[in-house]
Amino acid sequence: MSSQVQVPGSVGIARRPRRRGDGVWPWLFIAPLLLGIGVFYLWPIAQTVYYSFTTFGVFGGSTFSGLDNYRQLVTDPSLYRSLLNTLLYTLIVLLNIPIALYLASLMNMPGLRFASVYRVIYFLPFVAMPTAVAFVWRIIYNGDFGVLNYLLGLVGINGPYWISTPGAAIVAVAVVGLWSNLGFSIIVLGAGLKTIPQELYEAAQLDGASRWRQFRSVTVPLLTPTIAFLVIITVITSLQLFDLLYAILGSTNPTLSKSMSLVYFFYRSGFVTNDKGYAAAIAVVILFIIGATTAVQFRLQRRWVHGG
Amino acid sequence: MAFPFVWQVIMSLSTNAEVQSVTPHVWPHRLQWGNYHQVFEQLPFLHQLRTSVVITVIRTAAQLLLCTLAGYAFARMRFRGRGALLGIVLSILMVPAQVYLLSQYQIVKGLGLLDSLGGLVLPGLFSAFGTYLMRTAFLALPQELEEAARLDGANPFQIFWRVMLPLVRPTMSVLAITSVLWSWNELLWPLVVTTYSDHMPLSAGLATLISDRTINYPVVMAASLLAMAPVLVLFILLQRRVIDGLASSGLK
Repeated sequence: MSSQVQVPGSVGIARRPRRRGDGVWPWLFIAPLLLGIGVFYLWPIAQTVYYSFTTFGVFGGSTFSGLDNYRQLVTDPSLYRSLLNTLLYTLIVLLNIPIALYLASLMNMPGLRFASVYRVIYFLPFVAMPTAVAFVWRIIYNGDFGVLNYLLGLVGINGPYWISTPGAAIVAVAVVGLWSNLGFSIIVLGAGLKTIPQELYEAAQLDGASRWRQFRSVTVPLLTPTIAFLVIITVITSLQLFDLLYAILGSTNPTLSKSMSLVYFFYRSGFVTNDKGYAAAIAVVILFIIGATTAVQFRLQRRWVHGG
Repeated sequence: MAFPFVWQVIMSLSTNAEVQSVTPHVWPHRLQWGNYHQVFEQLPFLHQLRTSVVITVIRTAAQLLLCTLAGYAFARMRFRGRGALLGIVLSILMVPAQVYLLSQYQIVKGLGLLDSLGGLVLPGLFSAFGTYLMRTAFLALPQELEEAARLDGANPFQIFWRVMLPLVRPTMSVLAITSVLWSWNELLWPLVVTTYSDHMPLSAGLATLISDRTINYPVVMAASLLAMAPVLVLFILLQRRVIDGLASSGLK
């Protein structure tokens, strides 16, 4: 140990070769994490890519089958149906951002009372267990005794059996997704709003700008980096929809094959019908879809993000 | 926004007939506190609660230890290959969970850990996000403290543990909170590695109830409220910290 002479202070001044590294210490620090990441993340990523080119036998064992899984996948209507459902879900959930922007700017107004109470209430759905809130939404959406259809009935609308009608089911799940994302967006946008200098609004007021004009010309442009962050996070997490869909619809719901998301399709192939090679191919497709959408969003951002 | 929660509380105190009546009951005829008692008698609730607590505690403790160690080394130590290794760890952040799930399952199965606490806990001990978070926190600290400690003859681990770690406590609490939330609420992994409801954590245990045809709505409502309660209470107690922590992650 004593051969490891530590050089204090002088590092920057005399670039001596003595303090070139910290010896074995850094390796002791990172080894446990690297080992775990290697075994449980890096290796599995490589293995999944390999699996996607193999066919698993019913009684174990697997054979290399080249592009078979992918060939089968591109002609599988389930892929397109689940992709469409996932996109529809994502688009609906994205609506939480404009709503959150409106609510966050209301909450940022001086003199608002109970602001912290509102923040807690809006944020609760974000931290609540998805499978636990799913129950109450199932009841709210229930076709026979659900409170939603009761309310719709009062205004003369005959509501569908929300969670057992294809089309309606994914919209119903997306509304819950919107509801649970709203709080996070409000918090992040609220933090962004606080960074906008008050003088800008005062200057705008002197120029005679209306509140709406101030919102459009000061607030929104200065918040575009925050909005862009939220859009990307929301898209990435929404494309991975599973928990809410599974918990709200229930695994035995006959509509599930029509209302499923990409990740449910993956789960079904890998763990219900037990075709792990096929599931691996779906996982690779999901990786590409998410990667491509994120890349496209980063490119588009240059056009509309302030200072981006 | 709060309506579903309020409705859930009301339903949990109603009778099954009231829940299923076509005209909604705004308030139950008589409060059925017994439903909460039933949760423990009709469901394997205590088993699942214990599993949830154990996996959450182990994962959070492990993440705090492993991520601060690695984050510190990546931020403040010099060694060959640091940049490349950091790049590899962070690249995992961009890979959706489904990509490693299948193979993680095969590994856990190979180790004979299906339907066990070990299997439930394992992959979640290591967090690329946590490493990134802690590295950022350590990067922000001034260098003088480290040097003073070094002059006093402290070894790198002592410097890390006694001098630097106490300074990143706020970020550690953000990591702890995100780890608790994620671990408590996680569904897909427990669903994959466990088959018997006795072995499941609450998140998966509740999900399997949903498909049960002979469902007793008020009891299940009570169960789901009880399952959410620990995290919701934690959140309400620490809300300033949680909200500021998460908000700052969004401003980066």
